[in-house]
Amino acid sequence: MAVINQTLAIPDFSLSPRIDHVGVEERASRFTKRSIKAETKVNGLKLTLNMIDLTTLEGKDTNGKVKQLCYKALHLHDAYPGLPTVAAICVYPSMVSVAKKALGNSGVKVAAVATAFPSGQAPRRVKISDTKFAVDNGADEIDMVISRGKFLEGEYSFVFDEIAAIKEACGNARLKVILETGELVTYDKVRRASDIAMYAGADFIKTSTGKVSPAATMPVTLVMLEAIRDFYYKTGKMIAMKPAGGISKSKLALHYLVMLQETLGEAWMNNHWFRFGASSLANDVLMQLEKERTGVYQSANYFSID
Amino acid sequence: MSTRVEVLKTYKIYIGGQFPRTESGRYYSPKNKRGESLANVCLSSRKDFRDAVGAARNAFGGWSGRAAFNRAQILYRIAEMLEGRKAQFIDELVKQNASAKDAEREVNLSIDRIIYYAGWCDKFQQVFSSVNPVASSHFNFSVPEPTGVVSIIAPQNSSLIGLVSVIAPIIAGGNTCVVLASEDQPLCAVTFAEVINSSDVPGGVVNILTGKPSELIKYFAEHMDVNAIIYCEKDDANKKLIQEKSALNVKRAIFYDGVNWLDEEKSQSPYFITDTQEIKTTWHPIETVGSAKAGY
Amino acid sequence: MAKATKNNTLKLKFDSLKYAPAPESKSSATINAQYDLFINGKFERPLSKKYFDTINPATEEKLSSVADANAADIDKAVKAARNAYSNVWSKMAAKERAKYIYRIARMIQERAREFAVIETLDGGKPIRESRDIDIPLAANHFFYYAGWADKLDYAFPNQHPKSLGVAGQIIPWNFPLLMAAWKIAPALATGNTVVLKPAETTSLSALKLAEIIQESDLPPGVVNILTGAGATGAAIVNHPDINKIAFTGSTDVGKIIQRATAGTNKKVTLELGGKAANIIFEDAPIDQAVEGIINGIYFNQGHVCCAGSRLFVQESVYKEVLRKLKDRIATLIVGDPMDKNTDIGAINSKQQLETIHKYINIGKKEGAEMFESSCALPRKGFFCRPTLFTNVAQSSRIAQEEIFGPVLTIQTFRTDDEVIEKANNTPFGLSAGVWTDKGSKIFNLTTKLRAGVIWANTYNKFDPTSPFGGYKESGFGREGGLHGLGAYLNVHS
Repeated sequence: MAVINQTLAIPDFSLSPRIDHVGVEERASRFTKRSIKAETKVNGLKLTLNMIDLTTLEGKDTNGKVKQLCYKALHLHDAYPGLPTVAAICVYPSMVSVAKKALGNSGVKVAAVATAFPSGQAPRRVKISDTKFAVDNGADEIDMVISRGKFLEGEYSFVFDEIAAIKEACGNARLKVILETGELVTYDKVRRASDIAMYAGADFIKTSTGKVSPAATMPVTLVMLEAIRDFYYKTGKMIAMKPAGGISKSKLALHYLVMLQETLGEAWMNNHWFRFGASSLANDVLMQLEKERTGVYQSANYFSID
Repeated sequence: MSTRVEVLKTYKIYIGGQFPRTESGRYYSPKNKRGESLANVCLSSRKDFRDAVGAARNAFGGWSGRAAFNRAQILYRIAEMLEGRKAQFIDELVKQNASAKDAEREVNLSIDRIIYYAGWCDKFQQVFSSVNPVASSHFNFSVPEPTGVVSIIAPQNSSLIGLVSVIAPIIAGGNTCVVLASEDQPLCAVTFAEVINSSDVPGGVVNILTGKPSELIKYFAEHMDVNAIIYCEKDDANKKLIQEKSALNVKRAIFYDGVNWLDEEKSQSPYFITDTQEIKTTWHPIETVGSAKAGY
Repeated sequence: MAKATKNNTLKLKFDSLKYAPAPESKSSATINAQYDLFINGKFERPLSKKYFDTINPATEEKLSSVADANAADIDKAVKAARNAYSNVWSKMAAKERAKYIYRIARMIQERAREFAVIETLDGGKPIRESRDIDIPLAANHFFYYAGWADKLDYAFPNQHPKSLGVAGQIIPWNFPLLMAAWKIAPALATGNTVVLKPAETTSLSALKLAEIIQESDLPPGVVNILTGAGATGAAIVNHPDINKIAFTGSTDVGKIIQRATAGTNKKVTLELGGKAANIIFEDAPIDQAVEGIINGIYFNQGHVCCAGSRLFVQESVYKEVLRKLKDRIATLIVGDPMDKNTDIGAINSKQQLETIHKYINIGKKEGAEMFESSCALPRKGFFCRPTLFTNVAQSSRIAQEEIFGPVLTIQTFRTDDEVIEKANNTPFGLSAGVWTDKGSKIFNLTTKLRAGVIWANTYNKFDPTSPFGGYKESGFGREGGLHGLGAYLNVHS
């Protein structure tokens, strides 16, 4: 079991705080009323780019596809000088070595989805070896999925132990724990799964695989941010957050940043503590940046699709 | 063989389930049209009223918290007791100027009126409540609740039916009350207090004083722990006084002047209950998750 | 990058993403330099010949000057209203009456942006609130009551309720247009005609409504809108040919009106002050409860009669709630009401700001511990930081009297019985809030709290279908919903 568990009193997860559905959705919609203009908008858009885990998770992924995506990660839109890179490339374990080589020492991380992604329906030893394979190939970050079936059966210790075991297998790689909130359905369960993941050693908690609808939403992300805040209040330990899937427009990304800022504060406003799991968001942000720079609405023709 | 000496009844007031004499020690002797003295009746004071309000306030939580069905049974029990003592009320009404025929009719009507309101106890909430279809994701409903302690100057032109007609809807709705009986015809009020006292009505729910409205109206209207006041006469000066004093604590002032309490059509309705009810509206969020719909 | 630490005294900071100014454009609203009185379908110069200035409380700049109606003006309006009642409005088929009210609802919707801008400029409330809450609710209120006009017999079983005649209506400055809608819509639907006076610091949206009413071709005299201060209100209250007085405002003035109408046959409804308890149990959804506290006391600068101004927190979660509350307060933006990002706008008037300051000083003197947001305030205009007091006792004045500003008092409690008793221990009874995840506890509380509106796991929600009004010294009569019709009808006959 991971070291951290010795210093934290493990709570009874069946007593995790309840979430009022309507209340949390009202609060989430309130963030969307903030009007982000001018320089704030440009800064927010650049920060968004820098927080993206540029993702390709397809059965048909090839070395070629991954290499092109890595190039994009480093050269988002060279016509616009001074843009940041994305935070990471997110791929299957088999693509880690390709991505690692393509990204070199650029600082862009390689994240691998492991543990029988996306269903997680495999024995623990398979998940551990999946994880170790990715780490051995150079993955900086591991995106694991929790066993939703076990969670819904109420087997919280099973879920907890599994996360702790994967954390151990990660070594120095940071662990993102995907709750797959679309399968948990209620905010009460999202909150409970967040608590289990954090106490079991997650470095990040992450909403979704992107393979289940609904994926990330603002209220579900808010529930998780509030879980992170409570964990921080109780332990002093910061946990990072990654909403994934369904965030493809820059306006929505800015709403997420407002939510992050007003829920967790400025310490979290960087890509060490917050990521967007997305594939098409980057281009929309780029188009908005160009629009801000030129004052002219943009066409997709001018932005590379990778 | 000597003739038996009749035992005369002492007419006392009714506060908190007890029958004390007035703390003031004062009394008055109302007379009937034949000039005969009816009895020595307590001339209640401001302090008697204060004590009665205290008793009514103490009783309010319990009475308003009773199941409506239970209140209905207790009101029905009052009617049963009244039926059992019908002869005594007829006697008193006759003593207070009524013909035997009218007296019997008034007592019958009084019994029926209590039954009428007994029936409403567990029904008026259903009729006057609403579920409100608000636009947001909330369940929202409004229900009537009793306003609290009600002070009542009973109709002065009747001894029983007026008294019963103003007490029954007030307590049917869960309020408690302090009632000042008809000054000139107070006998039935005291006897009715005895009926109430033997009808499972908790002490303090109904408190009955005898005395002069001219002395007591002011206190009935100004007491800060009284939530509503009922007045049944056409006297404009008194109505004005009541409204002015009611402003001290935003008391609800309710006037029933011009009601013929013997007219069954006009003098009984659930609106006599709702006059001393507050509407309470409660909101609660509705969790509407996922895509589940109640389609079938 | 902040380091992980076991020390949990670290504060969350909320500085990095500063929002650039995002002002709503003023160009969508036209404000005349001077406004006359709306009497009998026309704007007429006041017989008083007097006007007074109305200012923007956020800048202290003059917006317009507004007629100051005297008793003669009121008399003229009442005559117009009486004439319209007797000859037109009471004779019109109810379904036609409904169509006029629907028409007004639609016209408010069409000009919503203009109304929102005027409401914010004149009253100081954030444009986000006037845009998203006040104006849509006002339009919805007209829309809701329009439909009642030809269905009144269904609202009161076994009765055939009759309209009253001329209604005199006096409204406050905290929700100017919304309160006008709450008053005018049910009065018209029930067949009455209206003489309405807006509050002297917020006349402009009511005058804009008068323009709409004029455009709607509502028969002249059915609605008359006259501006002025206390004396104008008194002239309405005391006018002998008015059948109904509807007042929303302070309990003090409500009592004066109750006294003034004594001995008349005017039907009176009063919607007065409050000092609502907002109760947080340990099993509450805490994060949403904190949001409910914020919404309860800082909505509309706390200028809300049903504001959750007395917070009761169960001792076992007190520290957590207080900490989260302070963190949340730090994210509130106080400033230019016209900025879309502003959460707390300007206090409505200098006088009200002084009242709030008076109570803050009383709180300090009483030994309560004060916390206020550290945000900067604009140099001009009337502003107050969101403030809270801990260490408050039931006997503290700041926990007893209505402050009508962004000032919260916090008390702790141990048991359900204790908090019910303390919550009810007030002459007011307008509203209350309860936060717990346990359904049976909610119903225990909502039944025992003596208040007209109870929000369970939510706060400060309003809807045209939902009756609103107080117990005890918070007034009598209801506004909104089916029950709101009763205020304008002779039901019990």
